[in-house]
Amino acid sequence: MRIALMTTCLVDQFFPQVAESMVRVLAACGVQVEVPSAQTCCGQPAYNSGFAAEARVVGQTLLTAFADAEYVVTPSGSCAGMVHHVFPTLFQGSPHSSQQAQALAEKTYEFSQFLLQVLGIDDLGAVFPHRVTFHPSCHGLRLLGVRAEPVRLLQRVRGLTYVELPAAEDCCGFGGTFALKLPALSTAMVDEKVRHVLATGAEVLVSTDMGCLMNMGGRLRRLGHPVRVMHLAELLAEGLRQGGR
Amino acid sequence: MQTSVQGSRTSASGQAAGTLAERVERALQDDFLRRAVQFTTQRLRHNKQQAAAALGQWEAWRERGRQIRAHTVAHLDRYLQQFVENVRRHGGHVHFAADAAEAVHLVVQLACDRGVRLAVKSKSMVSEEVHLNDGLTAAGVRVVETDLGEYIIQLAGEPPSHLIAPAIHKNREQIRDLFCAAGGRGLTTDTPSLAGFARQQLRQLFLTADLGISGCNFAIAETGTVVLFTNEGNGRMVTSLPRTHIVMLGMERLLPTLADLEVMANLLPRSATGQKLTAYMTLLTGPRREGEGDGPEELHVVVLDNGRSNLLGDPAFQDVLHCIRCGACLNVCPVYRQVGGHAYGSVYPGPIGAVLTPLLQPGPETADLPYASSLCGACFEACPVKIPLHDLLVRLRQRNVERGWVKPGERLAWYAFQRTFARPGRYRRVMRLARWAQAGRVQAGELAQAPGPLRGWTASRQAPALAARSFQERWSALAAELRERPAAKEDANDA
Repeated sequence: MRIALMTTCLVDQFFPQVAESMVRVLAACGVQVEVPSAQTCCGQPAYNSGFAAEARVVGQTLLTAFADAEYVVTPSGSCAGMVHHVFPTLFQGSPHSSQQAQALAEKTYEFSQFLLQVLGIDDLGAVFPHRVTFHPSCHGLRLLGVRAEPVRLLQRVRGLTYVELPAAEDCCGFGGTFALKLPALSTAMVDEKVRHVLATGAEVLVSTDMGCLMNMGGRLRRLGHPVRVMHLAELLAEGLRQGGR
Repeated sequence: MQTSVQGSRTSASGQAAGTLAERVERALQDDFLRRAVQFTTQRLRHNKQQAAAALGQWEAWRERGRQIRAHTVAHLDRYLQQFVENVRRHGGHVHFAADAAEAVHLVVQLACDRGVRLAVKSKSMVSEEVHLNDGLTAAGVRVVETDLGEYIIQLAGEPPSHLIAPAIHKNREQIRDLFCAAGGRGLTTDTPSLAGFARQQLRQLFLTADLGISGCNFAIAETGTVVLFTNEGNGRMVTSLPRTHIVMLGMERLLPTLADLEVMANLLPRSATGQKLTAYMTLLTGPRREGEGDGPEELHVVVLDNGRSNLLGDPAFQDVLHCIRCGACLNVCPVYRQVGGHAYGSVYPGPIGAVLTPLLQPGPETADLPYASSLCGACFEACPVKIPLHDLLVRLRQRNVERGWVKPGERLAWYAFQRTFARPGRYRRVMRLARWAQAGRVQAGELAQAPGPLRGWTASRQAPALAARSFQERWSALAAELRERPAAKEDANDA
């Protein structure tokens, strides 16, 4: 099977190791990955700020880049949520783009969704002997409906102790430009999340979106807490290495 | 009664001072407020989850609720006319108010014509919306709030900070102090002590008031019935003891039939407080009839538009009129939980307030409300009639851009974003340039201090630095490496 990777701008520029981990995990599942170079960003930061026209121009790069792909997989529930929830109406003005947007929405999957729903794999043979908790990204959860998949993948990892995060479904306070427009409020929100994370006693905090992880991790490190922050794909890739795969 | 209850909340009732960011900063400094709000929203939210689960089929109930509200609002003209005809048929009077000033004028006129000196009120957000108490007080009518929460904040001279729990931001100690200042002797912070004081104070007022003013949870078109959901019994006192009863009705709060009320009676109390049933569900059809022992001699319904009809037929925003004012979106909102209701600076707080207020009062002064959200979508998930509040918040931000209610600097920033990210080649060149620019600031892959608009981030958080090489730049080497070990598939199948 071949898939096209929707890297997302955040991962491409700040967290390339996440995309690399994802490619390695998918390769271990027998999936061949392509990375169309015409992609830049889904336009969500502009869209959520009210700049829909600007978002449309930027989002168009994805319509072009993935026009021929059979499956599109991305390490972000938020960007996949943008494609599913917003793209079909964002491109309504042009029949051709609208059709492309609809098609893209139908073939775009968040990483954990793709593993479970398309590949039907929940046990990769990964080994990761640590205490781990999981924060679901709001957009993955509420725009895409990714609820059980990431936890199921974690629970199949050998040696991993999964600890449920209290009030897990509460927002971490990231919200894209929200964190820049109202930084003190965003900090109060992430502080509540940090308290919950610390209460689990977890060594590792996992999520499916680098936006959330950048926020929670940035706060954890500023406060000097040694909780390691990982994308689900990073944990699984490291688990595969530890499992000798 | 020795209390110094005054109708006026003028100082706090208008748009609160400052920008959204300033009001938020102030609220964040108030530990009492934050603890009180967090404690109560947590409890309401938990109770709601339990109540919804116990009912079963919650999603089906929500969908039915949405359908009823969408249908009603889509045919509002018809149902409003039917309601008005039925109220009049039963001997009630109906008045239409185009805006807040008209509504206040109508009520003041009704009160003055009848020589009213004391009015008792049960809870009504519509009366808050038009600042009715200020108008009545100015006309020499004493107004007393009789809902316990409203009574508390009236003593404090503050506007409500929650749709159904108006004094959510006050703790027991603060309430005891307010009651002591109002003449309470030897009060403790126990519920019986505090509630006992309020009951004793209010009882005499119920018996002497010349006018009762209530809100209206639902107005039933087919019967002309006004429906109130209350928990304290004060609503029944207000609507049955005084000679005259005035109902403040938002023009969209209709339901076609009593059968539709059954659905709402299941959704509203569960969503609001987690109750299976509200303690008192009062259905009032017309004033006292011949031979009846109680009820008012006169019933007046004031139907308020105040910007609502502008939303009818607007596909972008009409959904907001489906709201049944349960407050569930406030209780789950991570922003509301941190700052409470006053930080919104509008009568309607929380996610619904951040949508409703800029729609009812469009203008630059309410334009920052839609940014009081991280767009997490918890409000939509909690809404018993499925209003897509997270989408409406984004549409309001779009409206700000269209109407020029955003800063020129922000417009420029998004123009630059579009120019950069529209062309893959340009995107890569610009990011390489940014990487060069960040050199010298990076420590262990992070920035402790970032410039410009990122300063707010690094004030409390580490920021990631741009990676030395982007994934696109690493991809060809990684692809080559993976081509050299193609045996992975067989391995995976063993797993």
